[in-house]
Amino acid sequence: MIIGLDVGGTHTDVVLINNQGIVFDIKVPTDSSDLFSTVLTGLESITQDVAPSKIRRVVLSTTLTTNAIVQNKMPDVGMIVSSGPGIDPDNFRTNQNYFPVGGSIDHRGREVAPIDEKEIKTAANNIRSQGIRHVGIVGKFSVRNPSHENQIKAIIDNDFERIFLGHQISGHLNFPRRIATTFLNASVYPIHNEFFQAVNKSLKEKGIEASIRILKADGGNMRFESSVDVPGQTILSGPAASVMGAVAYAQPEIDTLVLDIGGTTTDMTILTGAVPILAPVGIEMGPYLTLIRSLNTRSIGLGGDSQVAVNAGSIEIGPQRLGPAMAFGGPVPTPTDALFVLGKMVSGDRFKSVQGMSVLAGQLGMEVEKVAEQVFTKACEQILIEARNMEIRLNQKPVYTIHEIREGVRIIPSEILVLGGPAPFFAERIQDLSTQNVRVVPKWSVANAIGAALARTTCEVSLFADTAACHIVSPSEDYQACIQPDFDQAAAVQTTFDLLRKKALDRGANPDHLELELLESQTFNMVRGFQTTGKNIRVRAQVKPGLIQGFEGILKL
Amino acid sequence: MLKAERKTGLVFFPAFDWAISPTHPEREERLLYTQDQVFEEGLLDIPGIEEYKPDPVTIQDVQRVHFCVPDVQQVTTESHFISAGGALTIGKAVMNKEVACGFALVRPPGHHAMRLVHGNRGFCNVNIEAIMIENLRQAYPVERVAIVDTDCHHGDGTQDIYWHDPNTLFISIHQDGRTLYPGSGFPNEMGGPNAIGTTINIPLPPNTSEEGFLYTMEQVVGPILDDFNPDIVVNSAGQDNHYSDPITNMNFSAQGYAKLTSLLRPDIAVLEGGYSIEGALPYVNTGIILAMAGIDTSHVKEPDYDPISIRQSPEVSAYIEQLGEKILELWSARKEMQARVQAEKAFHDRSRDIFYDTDGIQETQQEIVRACNCSGGALRIDSTASTGRHVLAVHIPQNACEACKQAGYEWFESEKSDALDSLYLQDRTIDSYTVYAG
Repeated sequence: MIIGLDVGGTHTDVVLINNQGIVFDIKVPTDSSDLFSTVLTGLESITQDVAPSKIRRVVLSTTLTTNAIVQNKMPDVGMIVSSGPGIDPDNFRTNQNYFPVGGSIDHRGREVAPIDEKEIKTAANNIRSQGIRHVGIVGKFSVRNPSHENQIKAIIDNDFERIFLGHQISGHLNFPRRIATTFLNASVYPIHNEFFQAVNKSLKEKGIEASIRILKADGGNMRFESSVDVPGQTILSGPAASVMGAVAYAQPEIDTLVLDIGGTTTDMTILTGAVPILAPVGIEMGPYLTLIRSLNTRSIGLGGDSQVAVNAGSIEIGPQRLGPAMAFGGPVPTPTDALFVLGKMVSGDRFKSVQGMSVLAGQLGMEVEKVAEQVFTKACEQILIEARNMEIRLNQKPVYTIHEIREGVRIIPSEILVLGGPAPFFAERIQDLSTQNVRVVPKWSVANAIGAALARTTCEVSLFADTAACHIVSPSEDYQACIQPDFDQAAAVQTTFDLLRKKALDRGANPDHLELELLESQTFNMVRGFQTTGKNIRVRAQVKPGLIQGFEGILKL
Repeated sequence: MLKAERKTGLVFFPAFDWAISPTHPEREERLLYTQDQVFEEGLLDIPGIEEYKPDPVTIQDVQRVHFCVPDVQQVTTESHFISAGGALTIGKAVMNKEVACGFALVRPPGHHAMRLVHGNRGFCNVNIEAIMIENLRQAYPVERVAIVDTDCHHGDGTQDIYWHDPNTLFISIHQDGRTLYPGSGFPNEMGGPNAIGTTINIPLPPNTSEEGFLYTMEQVVGPILDDFNPDIVVNSAGQDNHYSDPITNMNFSAQGYAKLTSLLRPDIAVLEGGYSIEGALPYVNTGIILAMAGIDTSHVKEPDYDPISIRQSPEVSAYIEQLGEKILELWSARKEMQARVQAEKAFHDRSRDIFYDTDGIQETQQEIVRACNCSGGALRIDSTASTGRHVLAVHIPQNACEACKQAGYEWFESEKSDALDSLYLQDRTIDSYTVYAG
């Protein structure tokens, strides 16, 4: 049996699934000041009547690292950054103990200037003298040649508990994001490590020997043991959990808009053929632009508990949430209160909702029911407008070949799947406002935990080969080798798939159902003085997000 | 945190699947390392730098500028529509005030493409800047345009298209034509009888370095631009003045290009040539993008940059100063010169031979323009090419007076016969393009 657990802002959802379907599902309140006990309570409640030996997998989606970053409760780390020419690296400063150093690698991975050992040692001493235990090392173009990052690590290796290297994060070119991501990895590492050691220990004590996995923002999972190397990948897994919960119900032949309507926000994403679209580069969270693989989700400040106010004669909804709906003792009217006024929701204090809505009605000079009707409709309209904008932006994504412009595949969702607390009510009105077919995801209130439980293990590998330099590198896999001049694209794709398979298995994928997908494969003839001198080959492949084998059908029942 | 001082649009279209031929300098790989550098520097993440997807131009957009022989499809590929479209996408974003300025980092280039096109010259088939500008003139209240061509090669195609147009100031700064393709672009090439002075050529001697380019920009181009007072400034931003370029002999640098861009402050920049694809383009393009956005460029340098070793000689400096004075004198004298020349006759003619180096085509043209101050005058081009094609093209400018319009239509009607392979009429007053095929 599989447990899926998704920590949300107010509730933590837990499901227990066997090969017949969902056995139990529960909600426990989230105590954001003590996520460990929240998770433990959730796990204890769901396993009450289950023999521990029957649980073979536990997948957790937590807000632990996200909260640490948002609340800036991360322990100090040191950053050593080697830039070379370009934008002044001081512009990418992440923290106080940030040390730009010499050394330079160019776009083809050639050394332009060596690193200076003395300078590195001075920086390291400075960091260590402040009691800092964790360090990030990032070089420009380190994904083309990681030798400087490795050299710097070798110089300071004995001085620190854990060192994170930029080139191990991803094969993407983006130095500022590599710096920010390495910084986040180093910063959340101790919190993440401590938390999961504790979870591991308590599960063992209960006799649960299951494989523990962590959900990532790209809608896939990884084994806990792997996550310690890339703790930043656990950031913002919440929206991904919901999307994966909807994937089982999406139709494979069309594009689908998924709306997760919560209390504070509505998260939206688009599936093409039941596969979620990934963000082009990585998560963007507050001031941090990262290389952390993530689903292309958009979050707007509009949910069931959003504040409704009248401004200059018109209704405004969100983006603030000041508390629950008035029907549940909150301070201001909300879209949920509108549902109470309209008699669509019943199990709360309708009188309070009417009171709140009456104030707005007074300001607008309208009847209370009419105002409630308008609030509800406007909330749905706003969600649809934002969804359209998202669709437009996705279709405007730049491409770099004539072929891609000519093919120009457009994403046009023809169905909307709705989940989250008020899903059934919103779905009904959204259907009135939209020409697309609208459906509510079954088990809409715990679909996120189902998504976490059934997500498969995902990962990505990039490879870069330069036959003129006889060099091949896959930075995140710490793979480097010499190649012969006749090395070609087919060989590069094969090497990439080999590396990807190994990575996926290490991270916990099922070897019997491994779907490898080529994301990019390009070969450029290198021409120097009217002569072809070599080939420049770039390959990227992934295990794409999806559900584990054998459960898709069960969920549809 | 980094932020663009001026909101800057960027179209990046490297055409990774297009080359003139497998080992030609204008090849798939050309912008590969530039893309690597732009991505690695994180330029597209900087708030205020907006990436746009190029919207290809249409055949009508091409026909608003060119007479393509025998037709547009046969002298272009899809890449040209996208490349020109990239320039136009930026132009529209600027005119719609979505951005303050923008850079179309596109290929293939276009500044050697003339009004009449039999094939490819100097790696160019259609003029991507002109296609952009004429579309903007059709759709927006744009009248006066200045084009500053900083490619190392004379922008002879753009010069040809705007030769008779007094509302388009074309300034080309390039390596002296006595030492480089296409061999033209001397100070005495000043424009047709209706537009004398609005074509300006500044041929710099080989080995000109930062000093010379920036002197020319500050002391010559700047004052002329102020004087002309254009609605928009377009920069044909070729990058082959670089000290490492394999097919030219200049000593310019990434630092220099960045400073030049800051001085010029173009509304729209469009990439032209530049074939030092590893040693120059990644750094020059980074410098130009940052300079357009108003971000510090002082750390953008080539790995082997050594300003002392590439510095121009005192003789070169002295030559450039004299040249600058001469250009400014010609600029001040332009109105009298035009009045004198224009009054000589009612119809002016010139004939010339044009060589299409890439396609090996030889063309002979006879051109007649009606002397008029309306907006360039009606234009008649009789062209015979070594392909065996003989065509006649009539161009009526956008703001042509009734007399010019009438002259244009008379030429067109009187030539309708079987003797020509094609007869074309471009009537910009009604934005129409007509072909008579006998």
